Amino acid sequence: MAESHGGAKSPAAGAHTEAEGGHGGGFPPFESSTYASQLVWLAIFFVALYVIVSKLALPKVGGAIEARQNKIEGDLTEAQTLRDQSDAALKAYEGELASARSRAQAIGNESRDKANAQADAERKTLEEQLAAKLAGAEKTIAATRATAMSNVRGIAADAAGQIVQQLTGVVPDAGSVNAAVDASLKG
Amino acid sequence: MKIDPIHQFNIEPLFTLGHIGNHTIAFTNSSLYMLVAVAIISILMLASGTQLVPGRLQSVAEISYEFVASTIRSTAGSEGMKFFPLIFSLFMFICVSNLVGIIPYTFTISSHLIVTAALALLVFFTVLIYGVAKNGLKFFSIFVPHGVPGYILPLVMFIEILSFFLRPVSHSVRLFANMLAGHIALKVFAGFVAMLGFSLGALGWIGGVLPLALTVALYALEILVAFLQAYVFAILTCIYLNDAIHPGH
Repeated sequence: MAESHGGAKSPAAGAHTEAEGGHGGGFPPFESSTYASQLVWLAIFFVALYVIVSKLALPKVGGAIEARQNKIEGDLTEAQTLRDQSDAALKAYEGELASARSRAQAIGNESRDKANAQADAERKTLEEQLAAKLAGAEKTIAATRATAMSNVRGIAADAAGQIVQQLTGVVPDAGSVNAAVDASLKG
Repeated sequence: MKIDPIHQFNIEPLFTLGHIGNHTIAFTNSSLYMLVAVAIISILMLASGTQLVPGRLQSVAEISYEFVASTIRSTAGSEGMKFFPLIFSLFMFICVSNLVGIIPYTFTISSHLIVTAALALLVFFTVLIYGVAKNGLKFFSIFVPHGVPGYILPLVMFIEILSFFLRPVSHSVRLFANMLAGHIALKVFAGFVAMLGFSLGALGWIGGVLPLALTVALYALEILVAFLQAYVFAILTCIYLNDAIHPGH
């Protein structure tokens, strides 16, 4: 915009360049002698620019933008898929957990019932066994007592015979001793 | 000291290539800055990577792409994307050359009416040829607005046709005049600083702070204008192309 003579130069230098670079007093944009050159070069450079832009620049930059768009869309789709997958996995996990819980409860109930039944049966057999043992023991006690009682009679008869012998010096008759012991035991 | 605000628009041949008829074809400073603009756009669009997470250069390239693409979609619909390369080329060419031209000592391509007129006519004929090729005679229904009473229809049609053919004029002059006026204003205010200093000495240099501040403010405005005019050129192109794509509206 500002030319060599337009800045803060010395007046002499300014005048020199002014004289050298004069434009013949005309207004440069309306100097028709320059039109042909400008048009020719404008045509050459603008066509060159158009070719560069349409064949190289726009496909390249547009491709980069599109690639980014696709990448972003692809990533979003992938993220959505992964999210759906994780949602499904969570749902499956929760379902599994619920079914496992109910199954565990069922198994617990079943095993508890089974254990109760088994315990009842065992207790019953045990009680029966105990009752049988008790009956046996009572029988033994009764037998033992009967034996003991008969032994006691023999011992008592012997003792009575001995005592009579010691006191009288006469061996008593076994029958009378026995009768006396029986009478005393009854008595 | 004389400040010439017009000098910056001089076309200076760097080397002469030949002649077409009696026209001299030379590689000029204007041609050089066209080459610079094409080179900057090519580097920006091609040297930037295609990474998933873009770097700075790639971000700029992608923002330009998305910006132009969304402009087309919002003004000409998705069918307008056929003209994406054309509009992108126009927008980037004008925007980059305007922004380069705002750097001191550079040349602004779009400060020459012949360049902006050529671009505007390119758009005009693209619209006209594509519109007729796609819609046939129905394309000319854009000159007949709906719901206009019969007795003023000829007048309205005349105005519509006139405005259609004046489009390339307004399209090109808008860009050209904005760039030209902005650069002249900048040069005048910047030159005023030097003029004050050289003519009034120390007092002048102190007084020059004011035009300097104005130059800085204008410079910021010109950066905005450089971008905005490219955007306006592109969006008008979209609107004109929309006529060719959907002539019923």
